[in-house]
Amino acid sequence: MSIAVTTQLICFSILSLIIIVGSLGVVLLESIVYSAFLLGGVFMSVAGLYLLLNASFVAAAQVLVYVGAINVLILFAIMLVNKKEDLKPIKYLNSRKLISSTICITLLSLLVRVDLTDTWIIADPKLSIGEESTIRLGEHLFSDYLLPFEVASVLLLMAMIGAIVLARRDVLSEDISTGLPVDQELIEKSDKPLLTQKK
Amino acid sequence: MNVDSIPLQAFLIVSSILFCIGIWGLLNSRNAVRVLMSIELMLNAVNLNLMAFSSYIDNNLIQGQVFAIFVITVAAAEAAVGLAILLSLYRNRVTVDMESFNLLKW
Repeated sequence: MSIAVTTQLICFSILSLIIIVGSLGVVLLESIVYSAFLLGGVFMSVAGLYLLLNASFVAAAQVLVYVGAINVLILFAIMLVNKKEDLKPIKYLNSRKLISSTICITLLSLLVRVDLTDTWIIADPKLSIGEESTIRLGEHLFSDYLLPFEVASVLLLMAMIGAIVLARRDVLSEDISTGLPVDQELIEKSDKPLLTQKK
Repeated sequence: MNVDSIPLQAFLIVSSILFCIGIWGLLNSRNAVRVLMSIELMLNAVNLNLMAFSSYIDNNLIQGQVFAIFVITVAAAEAAVGLAILLSLYRNRVTVDMESFNLLKW
């Protein structure tokens, strides 16, 4: 990418700050809706980092798939299961949090140590394909990665059918015992589960 | 791209932090939707790693970008199936509290 080094550094700092603060907000905020919107912001910033890494196609795919599909799907799921409930207290919550935080911090320090101490073999920047990366990506997808590409389409089809089967409601148009029409509302009723038998 | 500009390690550290935040959220969330969001965060961290290596170490063949595309595909499928499972769980249990999904607990 042909922008100045200082600009790149500033963009990188801002984007990584948004990523870290946003992801902390995603896991720590009380309201799940705020978390979902912050998650969208994190996805957009990751797409910005991809642009800094000369990957315009993957950045566009990231915005389309993550922000446009997955985030919207999560928001719809939140709307469907949005019931205020008081979580019942569980035992050993504090020690559980302490242990998991210790594990995470240990893992983080291990990863950062590997990142900093290992000698990475950086390739010659003159060989870089630069902004032609989309062309090279297309060549890969239709030559040596053709089989995974086709298998991915089968995987998406299976996921679609599986999601439909799992999320389908087996609701009949009329009640078997009484013959009266059953109301098929899209909104979940808060007081009763849908799969219980209607007597 | 001018490799002297941003060191590779900076991208790796950002992705490590993102991954660890994802693991923390996965272990500590009570809400099942938030668990799915944490998984997405971890997948994004992995993708960021792949893209950084692809741009700095394999900058001519960029096979890391192809990997990232496949990871995005699998993440989309995972999100769809995961949220469908979540919906049917919610219908059976009328809650999204992770502590109440203990049917397989011994």
